[in-house]
Amino acid sequence: MSLEAAANYPIRPQVALAAQLTKARLTVSTCFSCRKCSGGCPLTFAMDILPHHVIRLALLGQEEQVLGSETIWVCSACQTCTTRCPNGIDIAGVMDWLKEEAVKRGGTIPDAGVAAFHRFFLGSIRTSGGRLSETILLRRFTLYKMRRQINLQELKENLILGWKLFKRRRMRLIGPSALRGKAQIREIFRKGDF
Amino acid sequence: MKVTYYPGCSLEGTAVDYAASIAGVASQLDVELVELFDWNCCGASSAHSLNHHLALHLPARNLALAEQAGRDVVAPCALCFNRLKVAEKALLGPEGTELGIAYGGGLKIWDLLDYLTQDTFLKALPTKVVVSLMNLRPVCYYGCLVARPPAVTDKADYENPENMERLLEVLGTQPIDWSFKTDCCGAGLAVARPDIIDTLVHRLYEQALAAGAECFVVSCQMCQANLDLSQERISRKFGQDYYLPVFYFTELIALALGHPDTPKWLAQHVVDPMPLLKMKGIV
Repeated sequence: MSLEAAANYPIRPQVALAAQLTKARLTVSTCFSCRKCSGGCPLTFAMDILPHHVIRLALLGQEEQVLGSETIWVCSACQTCTTRCPNGIDIAGVMDWLKEEAVKRGGTIPDAGVAAFHRFFLGSIRTSGGRLSETILLRRFTLYKMRRQINLQELKENLILGWKLFKRRRMRLIGPSALRGKAQIREIFRKGDF
Repeated sequence: MKVTYYPGCSLEGTAVDYAASIAGVASQLDVELVELFDWNCCGASSAHSLNHHLALHLPARNLALAEQAGRDVVAPCALCFNRLKVAEKALLGPEGTELGIAYGGGLKIWDLLDYLTQDTFLKALPTKVVVSLMNLRPVCYYGCLVARPPAVTDKADYENPENMERLLEVLGTQPIDWSFKTDCCGAGLAVARPDIIDTLVHRLYEQALAAGAECFVVSCQMCQANLDLSQERISRKFGQDYYLPVFYFTELIALALGHPDTPKWLAQHVVDPMPLLKMKGIV
């Protein structure tokens, strides 16, 4: 939702979301809207609502707005907001919790590409038995992107870059071998429901 | 000195040059890096973005392995370091019992830059320098996650770290002060949202040039890849002809200490540092 649309949105405060966050050790109720998080955030140019909006709207229980925002996916987890919050709110941690919750609820994710990247990343660790294969990840993500929207220019650039890395031996063709503890890894993924 | 070494996945992939330079410097400084047996991926940004369970349990397994090895842990990757620290705090904090992993917490988790800029190394370095880097004009770029958040990293100088500058001064260079040393380059979004990277990294190029720098020195392979691999694309997009090589701090130590393999590692960069080093009379 855009900020303009949000301005006309009837706010009916709900306590459920803030309570869930508190339970996850991510209390937001100490926010006094100083906006320091938004002031220091390097990614506001790409966000639909600002970090302090996310916190305030979460506190007011406006689930649809925060869970559906692009902001939570654009956040790069640089931790500047969490570092500088005078009230000790882990704002970047809240962004993470909201992303996980948004996926769990299964609604539309405005930045589906970012979510897909994370999914492929974790999937690659699981498949290869404990370590990430960057090559497999990049290949899978490129295919995903091209299936959604073919962009020949971008594909060409990616292939050229891949070739440059390959020539410099910075791109492995063979993925990492599975760990001795691959069963432990499988168990971690199973318990994490992934 | 002997420490447990947790390289992380990209040091086996896009950052093999970093890995090689670390091995080179370790031998020059008599540090024995013992690779953590059977280490796994820490889950990086993707785990903490999508799955809190994986975000703690993946690094926690590494901590448990490190505890068995019984030595302090050194991580060259900012993200690995940060995730190990997050897991450490969780295991030793109120969440620890819920996680069901026993961890004593006697180990110190280091990021590589902090480890190699301990006083003992800084004092020993000047006598070992054989190549003068005097003419090089770099900015030090630390990125986000070795510094922030201090509640996780246990760093005192998280807004303005200076140990890379101290190291480079010991090696004979004059690093340039600038205000963007811990600003985010957005590396975690580099693949999914290159448009965002263009804005963030372009700003870093411009600020480095405005400060009078000719190159970056980094301690994180995500930063290196992002600043190095995107340079041609960003140059094209903004109609500029940027030439800003991106060195690992370990490559500059090795270069100053005369490691014969340094040119080989530098040849793996996309932005070729050789023209700059030749112009400065360093190689």
